[in-house]
Amino acid sequence: MLFLRQMMTVAAKDLRSELRTKEALNASLSFALVILLLFSFAFDPSSDTTREISGGLLWLVFAFAGALILNRSFARELENDCLDALIASPVPGPALFLGKVVANYVLLLGIEVVCLPVFGIFYNVSWAQQPLWLALVMILASWGVSVVGTVFSALTVNLRLRELMLPMLVYPMLIPCLMAAMQLTTPLLAGQPVQGDLLAWLRMLIGFDIIFTSLAVVLIDTVLIG
Amino acid sequence: MREKVLYGLGTVAALLLARNIWTMLTGLPDEAFQGAIFRIIFFHVPAAFTCFACYLAALIAGVMYLKSKNLRWDSLTVSATEVGLAFGAANLVSGMIWARIIWGIWWTWDWRLTSSLICWLLYAGYLVLRRAIEEPTERARLSSVMTILNFSVVPFVFFSIKWFRTQHPQPVLYGEGKMDAAYRIMLFTNWVPLLMLAIAMVAVRMRQERRQREIDALRRTVHAF
Repeated sequence: MLFLRQMMTVAAKDLRSELRTKEALNASLSFALVILLLFSFAFDPSSDTTREISGGLLWLVFAFAGALILNRSFARELENDCLDALIASPVPGPALFLGKVVANYVLLLGIEVVCLPVFGIFYNVSWAQQPLWLALVMILASWGVSVVGTVFSALTVNLRLRELMLPMLVYPMLIPCLMAAMQLTTPLLAGQPVQGDLLAWLRMLIGFDIIFTSLAVVLIDTVLIG
Repeated sequence: MREKVLYGLGTVAALLLARNIWTMLTGLPDEAFQGAIFRIIFFHVPAAFTCFACYLAALIAGVMYLKSKNLRWDSLTVSATEVGLAFGAANLVSGMIWARIIWGIWWTWDWRLTSSLICWLLYAGYLVLRRAIEEPTERARLSSVMTILNFSVVPFVFFSIKWFRTQHPQPVLYGEGKMDAAYRIMLFTNWVPLLMLAIAMVAVRMRQERRQREIDALRRTVHAF
């Protein structure tokens, strides 16, 4: 119980400071919209092509926008040695880490919820045909992105060229997660439910989330403290 | 003493390699469908095996470093990763040369190709991360964590790409199961010198790392005065 409360305290602190300054949120949201706009030049945005690659497009936008949020997650604590204070506080490493993951997760889901209707309007995709399945895929895949991204955010926080390193290290590692999300999202946007072969992708997303959450929780003390 | 063992290992590997190439070119007949180019497989597949052996060694060394905090394990991690990347590159490039002749294209997004490339990029990321950290113990700690994460994502990469790409089966896939016994023996015989070569390279690289640490320590001592 105490662990959960500590975790939620850290998450609430992060969300509060983000919602008051909105530094990562604004940047990431406008970045996502710009990418959505740029895609219209990359291919002919008629409905047939869009339907075939919609899942891929959407998750590329989410992954790019997510990197901006994840970059700030630990970098925000560098000023005034806040990170040292957090590590010295009685909150255990895993609670600190999971709190930050939850905060990033909520922000990422928020961006996804805003981008989805915008994508639907711009590219004439009726995205709300399978709302529950789509929500499940977004919940699972965003968790994977948040967990792996937050580990690397902690790993790269003290580096030179931090903003450059994070996406370079995170994207190859997220390939299985993003690929599963893309494979699931494309048929969902076309109105097909998740069944048959697609269930394997769902299982893979769940496996990815479980394995990397547990690995991250085990390794985070090593990353933060040594 | 150690140096002599290393030189000995390298010499034996070179001799074995020369003997194998001689046998390949004179003893083994051309493959019925592919002609002479098929011989690339005797380097292509063992290079992949060696590469994965190196990644496995890097994982073990990474875990051992986190347990013991002994920097020698860290130098084994980085040496094994670098040698693994070299063999991974040999695997990719030899595969591309073969593909250019047999398939007529340098690259295709088949699952084996894609997943090997992603693994290569993951481990290249490890080296980039190392380059960016100045302090030796911090570098060792963070890069050991990265090795563990890298190795854990590899099975996911392989499964996912396989599921994804086999939705569009490639008629050009080359079945290893149909290989003649003489070819298969050659394949494994050629793995031996490549593995020896890898071990020698890792050992040399580890010595360089140790020298580097000594130089850094001396430099710190000088600056202290």
